[in-house]
Amino acid sequence: MASPPLPWLKPAVLVGGLAPLALLLLQGAQGSLGPNVIEAVLNETGLLALVFLVASLACTPLKLLFGWTWPVRVRKLVGLMAFTYAVLHFLTYAVADQGLALRQILEDITRRKFIAVGFIALVLLVPLAATSTNAAVRRMGFPAWQRLHRLVYVAAALGVVHFLWRVKKDATEPLIYGAVLTLLLGIRAVEAVRKRRRAREAVRPA
Amino acid sequence: MPDKKAPEPPSSELTSEKLYLRRRELIKNAGLFLGTAGVVGGGLYLLGMKRTRPMDAFVPDGGGLASLPATEPGGGGAYDTDEARTPFEDVTTYNNFYEFGLDKNDPARNAHALKARPWTVAIDGEVHKPQTVDIDQLISWSPLEERVYRMRCVEAWSMVIPWLGLPLGELLKRVEPTSRAKYVAFTTLMDPEQMPGLKRPVLDWPYVEGLRLDEALHPLTLMAVGLYGKTLPNQNGAPLRLVVPWKYGFKGIKSIVRITLTEQQPPTTWNIASPHEYGFYANVNPEVDHPRWSQATERRIGEHRRRPTLPFNGYAEQVASLYAGMNLRENY
Repeated sequence: MASPPLPWLKPAVLVGGLAPLALLLLQGAQGSLGPNVIEAVLNETGLLALVFLVASLACTPLKLLFGWTWPVRVRKLVGLMAFTYAVLHFLTYAVADQGLALRQILEDITRRKFIAVGFIALVLLVPLAATSTNAAVRRMGFPAWQRLHRLVYVAAALGVVHFLWRVKKDATEPLIYGAVLTLLLGIRAVEAVRKRRRAREAVRPA
Repeated sequence: MPDKKAPEPPSSELTSEKLYLRRRELIKNAGLFLGTAGVVGGGLYLLGMKRTRPMDAFVPDGGGLASLPATEPGGGGAYDTDEARTPFEDVTTYNNFYEFGLDKNDPARNAHALKARPWTVAIDGEVHKPQTVDIDQLISWSPLEERVYRMRCVEAWSMVIPWLGLPLGELLKRVEPTSRAKYVAFTTLMDPEQMPGLKRPVLDWPYVEGLRLDEALHPLTLMAVGLYGKTLPNQNGAPLRLVVPWKYGFKGIKSIVRITLTEQQPPTTWNIASPHEYGFYANVNPEVDHPRWSQATERRIGEHRRRPTLPFNGYAEQVASLYAGMNLRENY
C-alpha cells in the first residue's frame, strides 16, 4: 500500500501546536506562570487561538502565491486548533476568572464591547468546527459548506478587534495581527476579482 | 586452498530491498516530523511565551538592598491593614513601570540600568523654600514609617505591600507652600540611557502625576523609599515614589525627580493618554467602571477567587470627607 504523501505533516502540526498547551500545564504545575496565573493563561490561550485562526487563513494565499499545496492539507487541523484554544480561552475566563458567576459573565458580554466581540468570534467558530468533517461537506454540498465557512473571515477580524480593544495602551501587537490578516484577505479578494473576470471573458463570444 | 571468504548469510535472512527502502523512508519521515513539530512549537513559543518567562532569577537579592530602619514598625498602626502581605517575589516581579517595558515582568528584567544613587529631587513652584535636595538628605527629614497598604491597580488586580517612607505632608512642611499652592505635581526621571522603555512613544514622556494639596497633606499619603524593610528595588520606583492607597496604582508615580507646587491642576500622564478612561482623581471606586472593564471586583495576587473592590480601596473612613459633595462619577 502506498503511504499517503507527507505522512508526517499532520502529526507534526498537531504535536507542535499542542506543545504550548503542554508547556502551559507544566509551568502551571511548577508554579512558574508568574504571580497572576489566570491572566497568564488567558493571554496565552487567546493569543494562540488568534495565531491559529490567522494561520488557517494563510493556507489558500500560500497556494495562490507560491503554488504550495501542503498548507491546504493541514488547514482543517489548524482551524480546529484555533477552535480548541478559543474554547480553552473562554473556559479560563468563565470558570477560573469569573468563577462561573453567570450574571457577571452575561453583564460582561452584553456591556463590554471587547468581551462581546470575542464572544461573537467564538460563537461563529462553533458551526465551523461542527461541520469540519468530510461527511459534513458531503451532506451540505460543497458550495453551501464553503459559504458557511466564510464566517471564519468575520471571526478572525473580530479576534483582532478583541485583542485591540483589550490592550491598555500599546496597540502594536494587535495591529501586526490586523495587518497580516488584511494582507491575507486582500490576496483572496484580488484572486476572487480575477476569477470573476476570467469567468466573464469565458462566456463572452469570441 | 581454503576459501577465506566469510560464509554468506542464507538468503532467507536478507533484508528485502523493499523493506530496506521503507526503513530509509521511515527515518526520513521521522526527521521531517520532528523538524516540523519543532518549527511549529518553537514559532508559537516565540509569539506568545515571553510573557510567562520564569522570573526566579530576577527577584532582587534582599542582601543587595540596604536595610532601612523603620522608626515606627508597621502592622499595628492605625492605617495598617492586617491582611496577608503579598510575597516580596510577586511585589518585585509583577508591576507596571512602562519606562522599562510594557509587560508586567519587564520592570524586573530591565530596571537594573537605573542608577538610584546619587539622586536629587528638585522641589519648587509655590513654595517659600525651593531647593534641590539629595535623596539621602530628604530621607532624613522625617522618621521613616512602615505602612502596610492595599494597592489596587486600575487593571483590577491588587496587592498588600509593606512600604517604608515618610508622609508627603512632612516633606511639604519643610519647603513651606505659599498660600497660592493648590496642587502638587510630580515628574519621573526621563533618561533613555537608564530607561529603555522611553525609546517608544507609548506615553507622553516624562511620566507626570498630581494631587490636590489636601490629598497630598493627608496622613495616608506616603513618599515611599523602601518596601519589606529594604531600600526600594529599582523596578518599584527607586529611590522615591508616591503611594496614595485609596487611588488606582497609576497615581503612584515612580522614580521622582521633581515636585512642583502649583496653583492650577497639573496634567497627568494617563489622563493625557486616554482622558475618558483615566481621570485626575482616579479614586478606587467599584461603582464607576472603566469604560472597557468592570471595577466591581479585583484579583488579589496569590488568590484565585475575585474579591469585591471596596470604595476608596477600603480607606473611605479616612478619606471620603475629602470629596464631600463631589460627583465621583464625573470626577473619576
